[in-house]
Amino acid sequence: MEFLVASAIGIMTAVGLYLVMRLRTFPVILGIAMLTYAVNVFLFASGRLTIGAPPILRKGIETYADPLPQALVLTAIVISFGMTAVVVMIALGAYLGSDDDNVDDAPEEDTPGKGDAA
Amino acid sequence: MSLFLIVALPFLGAILPGVMIAAGRQTCFGVTFMVTLTAFIGLMTHLPAILAGEVITTGFEWLPLLGLNVTLMLDGLGFFFATLILGIGLLIIAYARQYLAREDNMGEFFTYLLLFQGAMVGIVLSDNILLLLIFWELTSLSSFLLIGYWKHLPEGRQGARMALAVTGMGGLAMIAGMLILGQIVGSYDLSVILQNRELIQADPLYVPALILILLGCFTKSAQFPFHFWLPHAMAAPTPVSAYLHSATMVKAGIFLMARMWPVLSGTPEWFVIVTTAGLITMVLGAVIALFKHDLKALLAFSTVSHLGLITMLLGTGTAFGAMAAVFHIMNHATFKAALFMSAGIIDHEAHTRDIRRLGGLRKLMPVTFVIATLASLSMAGIPFFNGFLSKEMMLEEATKTVLFDTWWLVPALATFGSIFSAAYCFRLIGHTFLGPVRDDYPAKPHDPPAGMWLPPALLVVLVVVIGVAPFLVQDFVFLVAKAVIGDVAVLETKYIKIWHGLVPALFMSIAAVAGGLILLALFKPLLRVWDTTPRPEAKAIFDALIAAVVRLARAIIAPLHDGAFTRYGAIFAVTVLALGLHAYSTGTLSAATRDIQPITEVAAAGWAMLVAAALGLVFLHRNRLLALVLIGIVGLMVSIGFVFFSAPDLAMTQITVEVVTIILLLLALNFLPKRTPIESTAARRLRDGAIAGVVGLATAALTMHYLLRDSVAQPISEFHLANSYKGGGGTNVVNVILVDFRGFDTFGEIIVLGIAALLIYALTETLLSGPARARLLNRTPDQPRAGDMHPTMMVVLTRVLMPVVLMVGFYIFLRGHNEPGGGFISGLVVSIGVVMQYMASGFGWTSARLRYPYHGVIGAGVLIAGLTGIGSWFFGKPFLTSDFTYVRIPPFDEFELATAALFDLGVFLAVVGAVMLSLESFSRLARRAHVAENEHAMGIDPSRDDPPDPADPKAQGGH
Repeated sequence: MEFLVASAIGIMTAVGLYLVMRLRTFPVILGIAMLTYAVNVFLFASGRLTIGAPPILRKGIETYADPLPQALVLTAIVISFGMTAVVVMIALGAYLGSDDDNVDDAPEEDTPGKGDAA
Repeated sequence: MSLFLIVALPFLGAILPGVMIAAGRQTCFGVTFMVTLTAFIGLMTHLPAILAGEVITTGFEWLPLLGLNVTLMLDGLGFFFATLILGIGLLIIAYARQYLAREDNMGEFFTYLLLFQGAMVGIVLSDNILLLLIFWELTSLSSFLLIGYWKHLPEGRQGARMALAVTGMGGLAMIAGMLILGQIVGSYDLSVILQNRELIQADPLYVPALILILLGCFTKSAQFPFHFWLPHAMAAPTPVSAYLHSATMVKAGIFLMARMWPVLSGTPEWFVIVTTAGLITMVLGAVIALFKHDLKALLAFSTVSHLGLITMLLGTGTAFGAMAAVFHIMNHATFKAALFMSAGIIDHEAHTRDIRRLGGLRKLMPVTFVIATLASLSMAGIPFFNGFLSKEMMLEEATKTVLFDTWWLVPALATFGSIFSAAYCFRLIGHTFLGPVRDDYPAKPHDPPAGMWLPPALLVVLVVVIGVAPFLVQDFVFLVAKAVIGDVAVLETKYIKIWHGLVPALFMSIAAVAGGLILLALFKPLLRVWDTTPRPEAKAIFDALIAAVVRLARAIIAPLHDGAFTRYGAIFAVTVLALGLHAYSTGTLSAATRDIQPITEVAAAGWAMLVAAALGLVFLHRNRLLALVLIGIVGLMVSIGFVFFSAPDLAMTQITVEVVTIILLLLALNFLPKRTPIESTAARRLRDGAIAGVVGLATAALTMHYLLRDSVAQPISEFHLANSYKGGGGTNVVNVILVDFRGFDTFGEIIVLGIAALLIYALTETLLSGPARARLLNRTPDQPRAGDMHPTMMVVLTRVLMPVVLMVGFYIFLRGHNEPGGGFISGLVVSIGVVMQYMASGFGWTSARLRYPYHGVIGAGVLIAGLTGIGSWFFGKPFLTSDFTYVRIPPFDEFELATAALFDLGVFLAVVGAVMLSLESFSRLARRAHVAENEHAMGIDPSRDDPPDPADPKAQGGH
């Protein structure tokens, strides 16, 4: 079972990273979303894997899954939604403003004196 | 008045002028004046104690681990400077009221001025050197704002930048020096440092610390070779010049040298550096000042010269020198501020400050003439004015000072400087006021209103009173000088007298005045010589230096930071990988302590789906809609994984977030291209694939490694499990952690979420008011549209579902404390319910039914959560302490009431507001010009390319 989780995290990281290195905004956003999954599951897994013992207190039960990583990841998931939304908005604004959804800046000539003006 | 209040008043008051300017200039001036006056009176309440020789201290620990404490100290020296700052501040505020033109924003000006004032008072009252450094930097920043106040003048902006660059660099050096000093002594408190003279001077780091601290002082006080910024700062409005560049800011460096005098002075290093720098500055400033034609430039260089004089006096390291320095600080502040204000009056009335275009103003501006002449005579060192007294003390000290083993060097240079000093004072009087009245002034000069000449006149009264009756202030001067000296040296109580007998200083004074008159007589030939002599231009050197630094920075940054984000990503990944490999190869690997759990079929099936979807994404991501479906599968599998591994709360959160994220991406995709073109080469894709693959492998290995080992340290989770019910009153430990144990975290996170949503809203607004607006309104959809924008089935279904969704959300919210659920999840569920209405019935229809704006919902959420936290203060508990009780209302069972539920309500509202505001902002972009807002749900889209068949009954449904 540990192998499944570890390999899933690895694959999600690899796919996310590959997509992040693409040249257009949309795949990069998808890549960030994939990395978010990977990171969240990774953090969650820091509580080690427990099956069938949710951290809901019951009389007579002594073993529970580690609640702390769960609480941290829960807020991380919600925050990552906010982050994705902002990134999407920025990408959209850039596209609508310049009709261009390239991630990289076009290589431009270095203009001396730019920014020197008072 | 508490010292805290004296320092805080200008800062607190700084918001008033900006606000009160709406009530008119007079009110704005009034509140500013009152703020400073209150601080001044507060300071004066300490006068009896100071005169009795007491030192007032107050303070509390702020960051004790760093040694940074808010401790304030008021002794003679601090009191003296604070009086200068606040007293002259009052005069400057009154003067600026008349000086500022109608089109100048007075509120802004006074706000900056008060900020500066607070920072200055902070410097002179700080007992902690780290605190002092903070105020020190604040003066640099606020003086930047003041010098550049006239933003439309390029000289003003350049002068402000130069001043900030020079004093800021000096400030950085001083931080280093102060840290060294604190390390040597083991305390950052001045009162402790000042007691450790031997320890500091014996330390091998004494010289570096001294040089670094002096760099800060010299840059601030415009000492050679950093003197060049002060004349350029004269582009500031005259009240600023009079305040910052005569009485206060440039004296900050002097103040610090005086403050540190007991522990830093007296060594050969101090003597040589400080005396030499002061001497050079004094002579250089005086010589340049004589040949300046701009009144303010002349005064600026004269200030440089006088600061050099004071520095030299401090450098000698004798008690008499320190006393002379203190006395000259007082005298210089009075006559120089008066002179600056006079120059401002001339500029204001004659519309020029060029001495060559002036002359003969004696008859036209008699009042200004008297003020400026008396102040100038004092500056020239004429008897019966205060300048004479301290200047003669300086000359006396000079005769006793031997530099570089040459007995005549210091007296000769001091006399030489004094000759030029007298000459420029006489030139100021002679060429501006005396001589024939001209008929080509740019404006008809006349005396200004009383509000403008009264402040300098008051100062001139002081000039004369101190000059005639020095015994009035001499006790105070002794007191301040004793505060400077501490118990290092003994100050011989020698009376300040006008007549000392036939001492060498008297002959030097006479020589200076006579020489000054001769120089003025020979001014025209001298000026020709001066104009033909080549001189290094400080500003050109400074600009070249800055340009070189900028080029260097560009050369370093350009190859690294070329705007190719994909490259940054690759570099980042490879760097992290290399660090990880380094850790792996140098660390030790412990044996596995946990058993591997067997793989079940269900888990394997879920894993296979996740992997298939993820890998599919790599090959199919160019079809963006398909990519969304695939990423949805991944998200779904992750949620199911959370269920499987005992995390029901996470699963519910993930699945609901998944829904809103996909909707959000769909909305964005509405505007973006539907396909990603192939642009990168196969080699590049291979390279990216290789990097990604290796990083993925490393991540998997790392995860595998720690999944098989128990934690090294005991996790705090046990505490949460044990106390969740007892302390938090809930059995769902995850929820109790969120709203109780770590409630403060959660509070921060809902604020972040709210800010993110507001940011999206703001970006949308910017987009809709910018050039993109026309394109958005007129764009033609690139996909065929459905004929019925709002399908009947969907509209009906979503409306039926709405109450059900709300009830489910309410239920999940209520049970959250004890069962999986809570504010986050129910917030997301309710958001989905509302989003369904937007999708099915349209934007217009839904917006029309919206009672509360989403911003308000976010705000209410944060406010409720915050107030719940504050509520615990009323019971004497820390922020966000929770409480709970059990109540029973018959016929129901007993149930629990917890303050945490109220906090969770705040979380709920913030989440609903943030999610909805984001999605609503996106959908606002989708509204188009030629498509009318739908007032009714289930409308048709009249803009569609193929008009619907009128015979088709479905197309008319709903109207």
